[in-house]
Amino acid sequence: MPQMTDERVRAGLTHEEDLSLLHEVSMKTAGVSRLEMCIQCGTCGGSCPVAKDMDHTPRMLFAMLRAGMREEVLRSNTQWLCVSCYHCVVRCPQEVHIADVMYTLKGMAIKAKLYANSTAPDFSQTFVDMVESYGRSFEMGLASRHYLKHFPLRLPGMMPMGLGMITKGRMALTPKRIKHMDQLTKILNRAKQLEMTS
Amino acid sequence: MNKYLLYPGCSMESSAKAYMESLNAIVEPLDLHFDEIEDWNCCGATEYLGINLIPAYSLIARNLALASKQKNGTRTVVAPCSACYLNLAKADHYMQERPSLGVKVNEALAAGDLQYKAGTLDVRHLIDILVYDVGLEKIRDAVVRPLTGLKVVPYMGCMLPRPDYQHRWSDHEHPTELDDLLRALGADVIDYPLTTSCCGGHMTQIGPETAFELIRRLVSDADGRGAQMMVTVCPMCQMNIDAYQNETNHFFGTEYHMPILFFTQLMGLAFGRDPKELGIGVELVSSRNALANIGVEVPVTQEPAAPRKKDEGLPMPRRWNKREAQKEAVK
Repeated sequence: MPQMTDERVRAGLTHEEDLSLLHEVSMKTAGVSRLEMCIQCGTCGGSCPVAKDMDHTPRMLFAMLRAGMREEVLRSNTQWLCVSCYHCVVRCPQEVHIADVMYTLKGMAIKAKLYANSTAPDFSQTFVDMVESYGRSFEMGLASRHYLKHFPLRLPGMMPMGLGMITKGRMALTPKRIKHMDQLTKILNRAKQLEMTS
Repeated sequence: MNKYLLYPGCSMESSAKAYMESLNAIVEPLDLHFDEIEDWNCCGATEYLGINLIPAYSLIARNLALASKQKNGTRTVVAPCSACYLNLAKADHYMQERPSLGVKVNEALAAGDLQYKAGTLDVRHLIDILVYDVGLEKIRDAVVRPLTGLKVVPYMGCMLPRPDYQHRWSDHEHPTELDDLLRALGADVIDYPLTTSCCGGHMTQIGPETAFELIRRLVSDADGRGAQMMVTVCPMCQMNIDAYQNETNHFFGTEYHMPILFFTQLMGLAFGRDPKELGIGVELVSSRNALANIGVEVPVTQEPAAPRKKDEGLPMPRRWNKREAQKEAVK
C-alpha cells in the first residue's frame, strides 16, 4: 500500500489509492506527460473530432487509469481512434500530453495483446515492418497487404483510385531502400534492447 | 541566398510528388537553396510511435543526427510534410524535456556511429520559412500571373500548428500564415474556420467510417462557402481529401467535387510556371474547372477507365457504402 506522503496529501488524495498504473503510463510516455495533473474537466473529449466513435473519452480513460482499471483501459478503442490532431493537447488547461499518452497506451495494449479489433495494430505493425525492411515507407505494399486482410469489401470501390494513383505516377510499384540500411538496422536493434530494459 | 537542409519525407517521392515538383519550381525565383539530408529514412509517421518508444525516437533521431553531421552552413532542417515536421520537432523537443530519453536514443544511435545533441538544429516547416524568412513582400514581387478570381480555402491541417513546441505559428487553431501567403499570390481567400480540423490521418486505412465523416465535414464546408478548391501544406491531407473523396461521396451519397492542390503549386502558377512542371493534373479530383477560372489549362493525363456498372450478371462484391457498413456492424 502506498504511503500517505505530504505530496499525496497535497495532490488531494484523502485516502490511500493505488496509482501504480497511472505512474506506469506516465513514465512510459515520451517527454513529461503531466498525466497526474488531469483535473477531469473534459475539455479533451469536447475538443475531439472522433469522440463519438470512442468507447471512452480521453477524460474518462484517464479516470480509469487513476482507478487502476488496466484491462478495461487497454481494451478500449480510444487510443486507436485518436487521429493525433492535438486539438485536446493545446486546449488542456493542465497541459497534459494527451496524444503522446495515447501512443503509450497503444504500445501497452499491443504488448498485453489487449485490443478489441486488430485492424489498427496490424496497420501500425505492417507500416513498421516496411520501414524496418527498407528504411522508407512503401505505400503500395502497405495498402495492398492491409486491404486484402481487413477490407476486402472496399477493394472493388477502390480500384479506380488505385489505378489513378498508379497511372498518374503517384504510387510506386516497388519499394525504395535507403543506402545504409545496415546502419539503421543496428540502431533499431540496439533501441529495442534498450526498450526492454527500461 | 537562404540555405537549408531538406528532409523531403517518403510521400514526396510518391503520392505527393506534385508537391516536390512544385517546390523545385519555386526555389529559383525565391533564391532558395536546399540540400537534401543524405540517406534520410522514414520518420515513422503516426505508426511507429504507437509500437515501441525508443526505436521510434531513434528512427527519427537518425535523420537529425545525419543532418547535424552534414555541414552546409545552416542548422535549419526544413520538412514540407506536416507529419514529418512534427515528428522531427517532437524528437528534438522531448529529448531535451526528458533527458533520459535523449541518453537512450543516443545510445541506440551510437550503434550506427551517430549521435545527436538535442536542440542543436532548428526544425521548421516549408511554409514557415517561406512566410517568415523569405517574406510575403518578396513572394508578392515574384508574382507575374496573379491568381485573381480563384476562390480558395486555406487548409492548414492539424499537425502543423499544433502542438507547436517552439511557438512558431500565429495561432493553434486559426493560424493565418497560409491565408496571408495565398492573398500575396492574388487569390480570393475565403475564411475557413475548419482550417486546422483533422483530415482523418490514418483513419482512412483503419476506420474508414470515422475518416469519411471528417473528410465530408471539410469538403462540404469548403463547398458551402463557395470555394473552387482547397489548398494544403501537407501530403497526408492532400491524399485523404483527394484520393478518398470519391469513396466518401459514395458512402454518403453526395456529389462533391472539391479539388485540393499544394500551396507550392499555386505559387508556381502565380510565378508564371507551366502547370505541367508543377504536377498539376495528377490530382484525382481534377482541378481543371477551378483553374479555368483564371485561364490556366490543366494538362490531360490518362484517366483511369470507369468501373463497369451492371446490376445483372454474376454476383460481384459491392462498393463499400453506409448500408454495407451497417450490415457489417449488425453481423
